[in-house]
This record gives sequence, structure tokens and C-alpha cells, in this order.
Amino acid sequence: MSATAPPPRLALRHITKRYPSVVANDDVSLSVAPGEIHAVLGENGAGKSTLMKIIYGAVKPDSGEMLFEGRPFFAKNPRDARSHGISMVFQHFSLFDTLSVAENIWLGLDQSIRLDQVREQIAATAEKFGLPLEADRPVHTLSVGERQRVEIMRSLLTQPKLLILDEPTSVLTPQAVDKLFATLRQLAASGCSILYISHKLDEIRSLCTNCTVLRGGRVTGKVDPREESNASLSRLMIGAEPPLLLHRDAKLGAVALDVKQLTLKSDAMFGTNLDHISLHVREGEIVGIAGVSGNGQQELLAALSGENPRAPSQSVQLFGADIASAPPNRRRSLGLFFVPEERLGRGAVPVHSLAMNNLLTRHHELASRNALAWVSPARSRSLAKDIIARFNVKAGGDSAAAKSLSGGNLQKYIVGREISAKPKVLIVAQPTWGVDVGAAAQIRAELLKLRDEGCAVLVVSEELEELFELCDRMHVIAKGKLSPSIATRDASVELIGEWMSGLWTTSVAAESTTA
Amino acid sequence: MDERTLDNLGSRRKHHRMIRLEPRPQPSILWTYASPALALAITVFVAVFIFIAFGKDPVRGLSIFFWEPIKSPYALTELILKATPLMVIALGLILSFRANVWNIGAEGQFLLGAIVAGGLAVWVTENQIATQRWAFAPIVLLAGAVGGALWASIAALCKDKFNANEILVTLMLVYVANLLLSYLVFGPWKDPKGFNFPQSIRFSDDTLLPRLFATGRAHVGFALSILLSALMWIFMFRMLRGYQLQVGGIAPLAARYAGFSPRGALWTALLVSGAFAGMAGAMEVAGPMGQLTPYVSNGYGFTAIIVAFVGRLHPVGVVFAAFLLSMFLIGGELSQSRLGLPSALSGVFQGLLLFALLTCDTLVNNRIRWVGAKKSEAHA
Repeated sequence: MSATAPPPRLALRHITKRYPSVVANDDVSLSVAPGEIHAVLGENGAGKSTLMKIIYGAVKPDSGEMLFEGRPFFAKNPRDARSHGISMVFQHFSLFDTLSVAENIWLGLDQSIRLDQVREQIAATAEKFGLPLEADRPVHTLSVGERQRVEIMRSLLTQPKLLILDEPTSVLTPQAVDKLFATLRQLAASGCSILYISHKLDEIRSLCTNCTVLRGGRVTGKVDPREESNASLSRLMIGAEPPLLLHRDAKLGAVALDVKQLTLKSDAMFGTNLDHISLHVREGEIVGIAGVSGNGQQELLAALSGENPRAPSQSVQLFGADIASAPPNRRRSLGLFFVPEERLGRGAVPVHSLAMNNLLTRHHELASRNALAWVSPARSRSLAKDIIARFNVKAGGDSAAAKSLSGGNLQKYIVGREISAKPKVLIVAQPTWGVDVGAAAQIRAELLKLRDEGCAVLVVSEELEELFELCDRMHVIAKGKLSPSIATRDASVELIGEWMSGLWTTSVAAESTTA
Repeated sequence: MDERTLDNLGSRRKHHRMIRLEPRPQPSILWTYASPALALAITVFVAVFIFIAFGKDPVRGLSIFFWEPIKSPYALTELILKATPLMVIALGLILSFRANVWNIGAEGQFLLGAIVAGGLAVWVTENQIATQRWAFAPIVLLAGAVGGALWASIAALCKDKFNANEILVTLMLVYVANLLLSYLVFGPWKDPKGFNFPQSIRFSDDTLLPRLFATGRAHVGFALSILLSALMWIFMFRMLRGYQLQVGGIAPLAARYAGFSPRGALWTALLVSGAFAGMAGAMEVAGPMGQLTPYVSNGYGFTAIIVAFVGRLHPVGVVFAAFLLSMFLIGGELSQSRLGLPSALSGVFQGLLLFALLTCDTLVNNRIRWVGAKKSEAHA
């Protein structure tokens, strides 16, 4: 090779990795130049994570080769990868809440240096890349965006030549995303290569200069995302464009779910206390709650579903009746159903068949009403068959174990189970989290249909795009407080982003003066 | 099992083939049933070497464990006699274990059942109250069940109120129950005409359980235990309460989401398993023993834990497993008298069987793949 064309920082050639039931990577090749920000785009389950783990030395491929700075190299383990200049920031943080920023970073370093040297390095790196971070603050006082900065800082101190970021924006407000991108661009300009894993098309188009698209473990495209449209990228990613949703005008009915000044201390150690939360949902509308995770969503949902029945009396009402301390099955018999965020282990028992899983939320219909409460397997099975057929669930029949279904199909099943109970109020947490685009579109369409039939729907989601698509009105939750609601047509991503940092008091005051 | 550790072991021995465990997409139904069979085969295999190590003929040794207990009608009734308490205790334990409530102290609940039932029989005998075997049997069995359930309720209360670990509490209550029984038979309940032996008076004939056959000591408890197995099947697989209990065991968050009470599950599991163990204790004293002694139990409460697992925590599987472990108990006693081997051998075989079973159960959720040496070169 000539001096004018340096070898790529990283080259993967014909990487294949098979698991017992799936080929995670099938003949994948890609190449990243020094200082390039390279996107790896694909749906959940397309093989992005496996590929990154191979580069980072956490998984060994079945065949193929990897060149790092022109030399054949496979990291033996993540530590080996780091010592060669490959660093990775994971989607889920691994930080000790009770330790300071510097101590957390110190713990994660492979070489042994003194704590005050770590502090100096943090200060120097922070200045160099525009990554403000106070070394002595305890981590539990940091926002999610700041915690991510700690993880990135930890990677930068190893002076990586290649930085891998796994879905880094899934926990950030739109404003924090802009700050992150500025840092990443600066980092790339200094010569570090970045592999950016995401399924968000807008981000990739604004940040990356190259993009490798994966579908079903295979490379379906290598493009310059700046010259592509969302539609063309989406075609490469899922093989089709997502269908448009039909949004009819709302026909509002009575107030179905009414939350009044709900204040509730969290059970968990670093949980969020709910602080005077008020909201209502009418029949025939979808109300959304936006917010970065960990701002009280879990606590609010548990109080609404009845999993936590310790809400103060009268603070949660269903059609005017107090249900604050009613257990979940009582709320269901009154018409309130709930789709939780975790599918396996909460929404469904993983080892039980789909038919048996119907008993979780539908036992009022499926068990005999006398004291003995006989269960009829035949009735559970026929209900499972109905749900599978009506909601187009791909499953090995009604006796398939819940854990044998893909995430999207299980979610369709669980949403279908709750919708077919004909709820008067449906609460859905993260309706399409980790679900492929086709299934997501179908679930959203079903929720809209339910609303048109007069059900009151409350959606809690971290995906702003989804909330803008579904909701008639939106709230934002931040630090256990709930913003006032705003009609979706009056809201903008920027405004909701500001509110996600808890800053609605100023903008609401400003609006009321102009109104 | 960590896949990567095995991988590393394999790559160190470069040119050898290596074993890899791969998770199965679905648990294997074949291995759910084949695993106990393979575990038994491994136990027998190791047993052969143990007999050889003791200088005994392994064929004779094995025949004592697997042929002697079934070779005559009388031997069969003894097999049934010892299988009965194991089966009854294990039927309660499978419900408890499936609900993720680890009642390890069935032995203690068994002893309390024996104490309450025995106390009742002593009282009836001393006061010469007229009764009949068939009429008294339900009363004495119920008394035992109440005793066992009360003993288990201590553990339920400690867990419910103070979140005290039920494994520790039930286990420690075994020793308390043992001392309580010793106190009674060495003290207030000692037979005045018993030459100072630690034992109660012999119960009157009318308080004993009706025999099942013309020969042997097998009693109606066996018929009852088969009935209980059917009832437990119905409860577990056809009643909502049984379903709720099991969901609480395998997916507590799903149970909470559904609104199934974890407290209800805790209490039901401990009261039912305690009552079953207590009833088994009553069967033992009102059956073959006919009096209270410090040696009421043959370690049935602990052996039943193995029965529960070998029986796949299934009410029908438990019936077969109880017979297998009953063979082990009888074989252990016979090998002491016939071969001069310590009767603790029975415990060794029980442990071996459980150990082998837990190991073989890996194959239910994983499969073994032989991987050639080619791949490790690819990493080099």
C-alpha cells in the first residue's frame, strides 16, 4: 500500500456467526477509514450487536477475518481489544451510583494510575472534546445524559483508535443528542474512527458519512446516508417503507381515567418519587407520556396498573370510582387493562404456552366463577388461536412457549390479548420497544383502531416519534413531576425536548401570557 | 454453564476436539424424561465401584438394592410401606417448590404430625375411649396434618412478617421438632412400664390404621396417597389457584402484574406441604410404629426432597420416584444385615442420584456439541 492511501482503521471480511437457531451474521464485510463516523443500521435482531461484540472480542466468529490498521487481528477478550485501541460504550451503563465520577472511571481503567492523575486526565479530555464533567460529583446526582458522558469519558481515557457506540441516543433528550453529536464530530476530527449503531434514520443522516445496512444478518446496502432519504434507508433496512397511519378526528367521551394530585414515595433505593401528578384520559383519545426513562414512569405505571396499590385514596379514579388501592385483577374487572414494558417474565410467563399465558390477565373469563375456579384448557386454547389469527402473530400454535416467539410477535400477542378483552381503558408502556418496524406499525394501527372504537388509551413511551404519530395530547414526565398536557398538533420536538429536562414551567408561563 | 470457559479449556488443548454446551431453543421433552433414567444409570455405575471397593460382589450388592425389595409379595408390601410417607411428603413439596417456596424442613413437619397424632392416640388409649380403626383413621390423619401445617406456619409467618428466609427457618425447626419429640418420650409421655426406654405406651389396637392386605404392614395410607396424587394433579393443572401458585414461582413479576397474591402463595405452599408432611408422620406412628419413639422418622422428610426432584416435581412422577427411593432405603438396611455394609450407604446412593440428576438436567435446556480443532486455528 502506498503512503498516500493509508489502510483502513478496521476491515471486516466475510464474517459469519451462527447460533443454534439463527445465523446472526452472514458473510458480513465492512471497512472504516481513520476519522470516519460509520453507521451500522439495522432493526433489532439484524445482527448489529453480534457484529460489534465480535469486533470487541466478546464473541468469536465462526469464520471470516478482521484487519485492524492493516494487520490481521481478533481480540481475545474485551480487555485485549481495549489495549489495542478498540473501545465500546454500551447502551446500558455500568456505573456505581454511590461513587464519584472520577472513582467510577478509575475503576474501569485497565492500567494502574493514581486517582488524582485520573482527575487531571478527565479535565484535559473534557476540555479537548467539549465534554463537561465534574470529576468529584457522585454518580447518583447525574442526569442520564451526564452518566453517558461518564461512560464515553471512560472510553476516551484509553485513547481509542476505534470507538463503538451502541444505540447511544435511546436515553437522551433531543438537546442532549445535539451535544453528543458535537463531541463525536470533534472526536472524529482528531482521527478517532467511530462505529455508530442505531436504527434511527434521522440521526444517521445528520451524523454519519458512511453507512452499512444489515437485515437478517446480511449486508443489504453500503451507502452515504447524507445522500439518502429516510424512505430509501428504510427500504434497505426492512425491505419496505413503513405504512402510513390513519388518524381520524377524535370523538371524545366521558373522562375514563382520572389521576388527581398523585404523590407517592418510591419503594426502590434510587427510584423516583411521584410528585403531585394529575392527568386524565377521555374515552376516544390517546394520551401520551414522554420522558427519559427513570423519571418516574415505572412508579406511575405501577400505581395505575395496581401492581403498587399504595397510592393515596381517591388519587386514581376509573369512571369516578376510587381504584387507588384496588389490586390489578379488580381493576381489570372494571375495564382497565395494562401492557407492561417487559414482555418476558412480566407480560408473559416465558416457559408457559400462549394458551396458559391467557390466564394471567383473562382468568375472569377463562376460569369458572365458583369458589373452586376450574380452569378450562380448551377455552384458553381457543382464545389463543383467536388472538394469533386476529393479530397476525407468527407462532408455533397456541401451545408454543412464550419465549419461543420473537420480540415483535410476542408483543403483538400481549397487546392482542389485552385489546381482545375489550378494555374501557388501556395503558401501554413502550408499545413498540425492541419490535421490528412491521410489527410496530401493526401495533400502532391497532391502538388507533381501539381509540376510534371509544377506548381511552394512555401510552408511555421514550420514542418521541411514536408519540407524535399516535397521540392526541401529550404530557412529559421529568423527575417525578408531570407537565401540563399539550395537543400534539401544537407541540414540537424541540418543545417536548425542553420539557423533558423539566423546564415546562417557564414555557407554560410564557405561553399563558401570550394567550 | 459458561460457554466461554469451556471454549478456553478447549483452545488450550489445541489439537483435541472440544465439548461445547449450547442452549437449546426449546427445552427438550425427551431429556425431561430421559434425565432421571440416565441419572439412575450413573448411580448404578458408581455403585458397582463402591461395592468393589468394599470387597463385595457388585452383582449381589445390586440385587440387594433392586431385586430383593420386589421379589416376594411380603417384600412388596414393605416397599409400599416405605414408599407411602415419601410419596405423601413429596406431593406437598412439589407444590411448594413449584411456587418457589423452599420448604426444606418437611422432616420437622413430619415429626410434629407424628407428635400430634401420637399424642391423640395415647390420650385415646389411656382414657380407654371406644373407637374403631376405620372411624379413627381420618381423625388421626387430620390431627397429623394440623400438626404439620402449624409447624410450617411458623416459617410462613416469619417470612411474611420479617422476610426471614424459609429455607433456614424450616430447616432449623427440624431440630426443634426433634428435641420436642425427645423431650416428650424421655419425659411426660414415657411409658411407666417401659423399662425406662424412651418411648410412649403402645397405642390401643383400635387407633391403628386399617391394613391394606392380608399379609404385611402396608396400610390404607397408601391408597390415600394415590388419591392425593390425583387431587394434586387436578389442583395444579385444572384449578386457577394452582396455576397462580406456579406463576408466582417461575415469574414473580408476571404474578404481580396479573394480581396474584404472593402472600397467598407463600401461605398456601407452606400450609399444604406442612399438612402433607404431618399427615405422613401420623401414618407412620398410627401405621407400622404403633407408639412414639425418638426414631419415628427414617429421614423421610429429607429423602422426600429427592423424591420430589427425581419425580420431576410432577404429581405422577413422584409416585414412581417414591418407589425408587423406597428401594434405596430397604436396600440400605438389607446391605447392612446381609453384606455387613454400613446402612449409611443408602444415604450415599440417594445423594449420588440427586447429584447425577441435577447434572443430567443440564441436558434439558442445553445440548452438547463436539467441535473440531479447525475453529481454534481460525482465531489464531
